[in-house]
Amino acid sequence: MSKVLMKGNEAMALAAIKAGCEAFYGYPITPQNELPEYLSKHMPLYNRVFVQAESEIAAINMVYGAAGAGARVLTSSSSPGIALKQEGISYMAGSELPGVIINVMRGGPGLGGIQPSQADYKQITRGGGNGDYYLYSLAPETLQEAVDLIKESFDIADYFRNPVMIAVDGLIGQMMEPVDLDREVPKWDLKPKTWIADGNTKNRKKNVINSLYLDPQDLEDHNMKLKEKYDEMRANHQRYEFINMENAEIVIIAYGSVSRIARSAIEILSEKGIKCGILRPITIFPYPKKAFSKLPLTVKNLLVVEMSTGQMLDDVIISNERGLPISFFGRVGGIVPEVEEIVEKVLEIVGGEKHE
Amino acid sequence: MNNVEIVYKKSEGLTDKYLSYCPGCTHGIIHKLVAETLVELDLIDRTVGISSVGCSVLNYDFFTCDMQQAAHGRAPAVATGIKRVRPNSIVFTYQGDGDLASIGIAEAIHAAHRGENITIVFVNNAIYGMTGGQMAPTTLIGQKTTTSPNGRDAKTQGLPLKIAEMMATIPGATYIERVSVHNPSHVRKAKKALIKAFSIQMENKGFTLIEFISTCPVNWGMTPKDAVDWAVDNMIPYYPLGVYKDKTAGEEK
Ligand SMILES: Cc1ncc(C[n+]2csc(CCOP(=O)(O)OP(=O)(O)O)c2C)c(N)n1
Ligand code: SF4
Ligand SMILES: [Mg+2]
Repeated sequence: MSKVLMKGNEAMALAAIKAGCEAFYGYPITPQNELPEYLSKHMPLYNRVFVQAESEIAAINMVYGAAGAGARVLTSSSSPGIALKQEGISYMAGSELPGVIINVMRGGPGLGGIQPSQADYKQITRGGGNGDYYLYSLAPETLQEAVDLIKESFDIADYFRNPVMIAVDGLIGQMMEPVDLDREVPKWDLKPKTWIADGNTKNRKKNVINSLYLDPQDLEDHNMKLKEKYDEMRANHQRYEFINMENAEIVIIAYGSVSRIARSAIEILSEKGIKCGILRPITIFPYPKKAFSKLPLTVKNLLVVEMSTGQMLDDVIISNERGLPISFFGRVGGIVPEVEEIVEKVLEIVGGEKHE
Repeated sequence: MNNVEIVYKKSEGLTDKYLSYCPGCTHGIIHKLVAETLVELDLIDRTVGISSVGCSVLNYDFFTCDMQQAAHGRAPAVATGIKRVRPNSIVFTYQGDGDLASIGIAEAIHAAHRGENITIVFVNNAIYGMTGGQMAPTTLIGQKTTTSPNGRDAKTQGLPLKIAEMMATIPGATYIERVSVHNPSHVRKAKKALIKAFSIQMENKGFTLIEFISTCPVNWGMTPKDAVDWAVDNMIPYYPLGVYKDKTAGEEK
């Protein structure tokens, strides 16, 4: 199929429509506004629902309601708004409801700024709201990958009966890129939704959507059932990409827009005779721990690059089973790391070594 | 035994689960009225109810229709989410005064403001029942609660919120009425209000809210009888009963 030139936020919105998203509930916030704006115009054309809610809290609780009624449903926001959505996200996980949440991250804390950031990594990968739960979290690097993953994410959410978070930074939301919206994406094997509470009990028993378990044993059983899902995600659904990994002596670990910048850095480094690979996590929950055991034995150093003060860094420390030295480089506040800065950092780490 | 006639039985809209309410609490009467209304209007097998956070939280087990449990105060948003994707289903919320008038006031106002075609059953017992009797926005002046131990003082705690009056000012709302269940004749009137509200929803005419004056004998520290008398003597004068808004008034039947 042919590529079209689209703005990131609009292409992501169209991807959701293509995935059969039946309803969107959201609240305005920069830098993701073009996404709901696009849907406000296009959802009605497909006879689907668009509601601008009174707050992010209301929006996510609308998502919770619609998901409970069996609809494929989406919300999007940016960091301060995602913080407000945590209540409803926790209820969705607790009630085992699918749904897709797009987080176009900006700098924080507080009102922070409106420029790109990856400062919500911990909130995204540790559940974010109250209770013992996780979100299947995808961090695309390009607009094409964002579009493909959003199309697949509705299936993933339905498969696990758990919310899926699409974590992108403001760069992906704002940039224009050619993108193919009709690329085939993997189809998941989905069971019919027999559990929905949509009001229609003419031919079935009543259903209840609920996360309350007053008996501690019932709640423990429920928690263990949820844990099985997260364990399955960890065991079978980690995603990552190795770039230029053959004989690499140093590996940059970076996701989203940052890995794209790292790609330019390793080209410059290769001209200087330095073999630098990239480990690019695509899922940030489950974290691609498996990748670390597959790193070539030539690797002597790891460099984590993020648009945060070192949030994914902790996952790298946890996953670093070979005990390789880990360095960190981060820019924050909405400042995007520059290619030269990454090159310099790598040279600093490998500096002094002879390259025969 | 052929001459035996059933003149009264438990509504088919209620399950056989024991209600979790304290003796003499009027939550039970309100449940019965909601269930009877849904059965009489033949809606029970096309309805989703939203149970909120409060003493009524377990009522997802009490009604025979589909139910979804909502976070504290968010029931009108949850109802909006459902109704928009399943417009042919009947959707109601059942909310206490802490739930609706305090933490969930924004969700209630905006559901009305958007003219959502849902029905809110609002139970005003002037207190936070479930958490042990703290002050609510609806607690009366001078009323002692665990967080207004000397009685609510208007200077520092404000004047009690009149929800029916307030919701009636919202242009998007269709029907707002306040009722009470302190005696049989008022129970009958309350049922009529529910029939009206759910009929409006059936006809896609928009947002309806019925406020119930209700009792909490346990946290008010009264016998059930004294609690009913206290509601009549103190609550109804401040919260007058009646229809506060009816956009359908004057329409042909
Ligand atoms: C976010 C959140 N805050 C607080 C609570 C605790 N809580 C449970 S019930 C309740 C008050 C309910 O009072 P009301 O809505 O008046 O219902 P009633 O029990 O009086 O019928 C509160 C504050 C909670 N469950 N969730
Ligand atoms: S605490 Fe009050 S409102 Fe709750 S069930 Fe008991 S009497 Fe009713
Ligand atoms: Mg109350």
